[in-house]
Amino acid sequence: MEIKLKKGLDLKIAGAVTDLTVHQADTKVFAITPDDFPGFRPKVDVKEGDAVMAGAPIMHDKNHEDVKLVSPVGGIVKAVVRGERRKVMRIEIAKDENQTFRQFDVASSLDGDGAARLLAESGLLAEMRQRPYDIVPDPAVAPRDIFVTAIDSAPLAVTPELAVAGKTKEIEAAVALLAKICRGTIYISVRPGSKIGNINGAKIVTVSGPHPAGNAGVQAANIAPVNKGEVIWTLDIVTLARIGELVLNGKRDFTTLVAVTGPEVARPSVVMTCEGASVASVLAVSPLKSSDHHVRIISGNVLTGTVTAKDSFLHFPYRQLTVIAEGDDKVEFMGWASLSPAKQSESPTFPGHFFKRPITPDARLNGGRRAMIMSGEYDRVMPMDILPEYLIKAIIGRNIDSMEKLGIYEVAPEDFGAAEYVDTSKLPLQQIVREGLDYMREALE
Amino acid sequence: MNFLKKYLDRVRPNFEEGGKLHAFHSVFDGFDTFLFTPSTTSGTRGAHIHDSIDSKRTMIIVVAALMPCFFFGMYNTGYQHQLALGLDKFPFWEMMLYGFLAVLPRVVVAYVVGLGIEFIVAQWRKEEIQEGFLVTGILIPMILPIETPLCMIAVATAFSVIFVKEVFGGTGYNVLNVALVTRAFLFFAYPAQMSGDKVFVATGTALGYGQPVADGFTCATPLGQIATQTSDQLTLTGIDGKVLTTWDAFVGLIPGSFGETSMICILIGAVILLLSRIADWRVMFSVFAGGLIMGWIANMCATPTYPASYLSPLDQLLYGGFAFAAVFMATDPVTAARTRTGKYIYGLLIGVIAVLIRTYNNGYPEGAMLAVLLMNCFAPLIDWCVVQANISRRMRRANLTSKNA
Repeated sequence: MEIKLKKGLDLKIAGAVTDLTVHQADTKVFAITPDDFPGFRPKVDVKEGDAVMAGAPIMHDKNHEDVKLVSPVGGIVKAVVRGERRKVMRIEIAKDENQTFRQFDVASSLDGDGAARLLAESGLLAEMRQRPYDIVPDPAVAPRDIFVTAIDSAPLAVTPELAVAGKTKEIEAAVALLAKICRGTIYISVRPGSKIGNINGAKIVTVSGPHPAGNAGVQAANIAPVNKGEVIWTLDIVTLARIGELVLNGKRDFTTLVAVTGPEVARPSVVMTCEGASVASVLAVSPLKSSDHHVRIISGNVLTGTVTAKDSFLHFPYRQLTVIAEGDDKVEFMGWASLSPAKQSESPTFPGHFFKRPITPDARLNGGRRAMIMSGEYDRVMPMDILPEYLIKAIIGRNIDSMEKLGIYEVAPEDFGAAEYVDTSKLPLQQIVREGLDYMREALE
Repeated sequence: MNFLKKYLDRVRPNFEEGGKLHAFHSVFDGFDTFLFTPSTTSGTRGAHIHDSIDSKRTMIIVVAALMPCFFFGMYNTGYQHQLALGLDKFPFWEMMLYGFLAVLPRVVVAYVVGLGIEFIVAQWRKEEIQEGFLVTGILIPMILPIETPLCMIAVATAFSVIFVKEVFGGTGYNVLNVALVTRAFLFFAYPAQMSGDKVFVATGTALGYGQPVADGFTCATPLGQIATQTSDQLTLTGIDGKVLTTWDAFVGLIPGSFGETSMICILIGAVILLLSRIADWRVMFSVFAGGLIMGWIANMCATPTYPASYLSPLDQLLYGGFAFAAVFMATDPVTAARTRTGKYIYGLLIGVIAVLIRTYNNGYPEGAMLAVLLMNCFAPLIDWCVVQANISRRMRRANLTSKNA
């Protein structure tokens, strides 16, 4: 199967990884942040000072007790960090010299229920998403189809295939496990010329086109869109390989390849560590340029990532770290009238649009927030059969009926990343979509 | 520019909550963001980088696209004035100066009244000042006859800014095009002063500059002449009595509203808007297509009862405000249809209705303004139909899969 997408936006940003050599990080402290897992209401299962094995549960979901978040390493619980009203911000774990791995009972996962329980118990379910609502899947609901993406089309991302090279056996084992849960087809999307060959039990889809072509939800919308009442699961190929590891060895594999990218990184490179690693340990391997301005460290890519700090931790999906200038210390005189080719823009109103060299963006909004004025801007970068302006307006109006009719079940915030970048009115589209999805879920459940 | 930034930062506390100049915080904010790109940065989740384009940039490109028409309007005002005086010398800079002085008070009145209201409303709503009126303020004098009295411009501008824009929520929420409502308000409230033979040529002195033309001078615009024509032998004359050629109309040296006469300058504006992707080519293209189609139909069944039906389809596009409306009015993204399919329908109907009104209603020699306003009203309906098509496609899909399951 082949899909060619035309709409979208490939941003060329300075600081791409050119050398794919993997460098090993020496990380001592790790942390799991429950906010990275939408829909997961954390209940802490450990206290500070507890010894945990790699794979041991540290939190479970209040709504679905089976669904766990697990410790990525063996060690001691260093801190349970809480915020306002005792909200769990993260659980930090200090790594031990000797790693002990929790052994999972794979033999019990012969049927669909058992397989779902294994995924939930091992923390792997939390690394998947379900549509509608873009949340951690409900293990009790069998998905119609499962969409696995082996593409990361986001700016500066390194192909996730790097992390699964030579893991065909694991991938096939994982597909076999998911096939017990899934009622329909398991799709694996790859770029043309991918090294992932045929996978038993899965349907390979070749996807070409600009970002967000790599988003599993965008692929689903172009293969078999989510209708009202249907549920699909989405995950990336790295998670799929981790499932395979679990099935074959009974142990969780937490290693992850982090692409350290962006204009503020001295030598962008790929760093190997484990899920939830401390940012400092990753930047120790791939340091930042020395600079006299503020920088923004983003866990993830520039369109959908989460801000983190040097003394903080990686956020899910633990695949990329992008560092850009913050820009709050810049003084720009009449920027809206500028003819400077250095101003990055997708709009031909700026000369910079016509230069195809990589841009060095900062985090400024570059304008004031306005009502939706221009039309058709989001359409150009959303390869889905959705009318994004109308959907956004329905969400802002909290009109459940309209949201449903306009296809809110098909979207996730990440699909609006490129639209949020090009928006003249500077609306926080992803936040609007997130709030809309949460509102829908609360109203309907 | 650092000293200016420092100065603004120093006086900023006066305008903040509790400061003694808090009543002017929107104005201060407006100037601050006008002079310096705000250093507000993105939130902790969501897109961390944003395109350089903002609504200030968008609006300023439209104003830039209007400039050729504006400068030509100055020239043409001077030119028509010289003709009216019966002179045969056309000194460039004196004509430009005359035109400039003639239009200046109108621009000032439109901006002062409109921006004044915007500032007050922004202050009252505790919002940032919005840029929409930058374009509206320059459009208003351009689509009015040069002799429109200033007090009427003030009244009409105030009416449309308040009742067409602000009561709906400000820029981005208006249903009707603000500049066009100003024109329509004047057209219906002061019909005697707004149409006919007297207003399209500047006859007095411009702020004391130039010579006044003797009383009793009249001259109609080409469309005005056509509307009163009784035979199928159309001869259009300029105000000096000489015959007007199609070329004259294309260049724009004909009497008409200040900025609307020159097809060449409008086309330059169109190229700017299309290349910068500020205006949607779908709308612009289909307005012209609609005008051509209806012009062709009218011309096929030409009858002396409706003298404008003798105009060739291309002439229909050339005279009056048609091209200006197609390029600058119909393409206003807020009041136009927002869906792709909707834009074609919206544009096509504007073109058709504009020619329909001017041909078959002798009372209104010009129909472009009314056509755009009418379709502004229907744009949400057109969009509704397109959105419904998307919805029912989704419903069908859902029914199909549930049947198969």
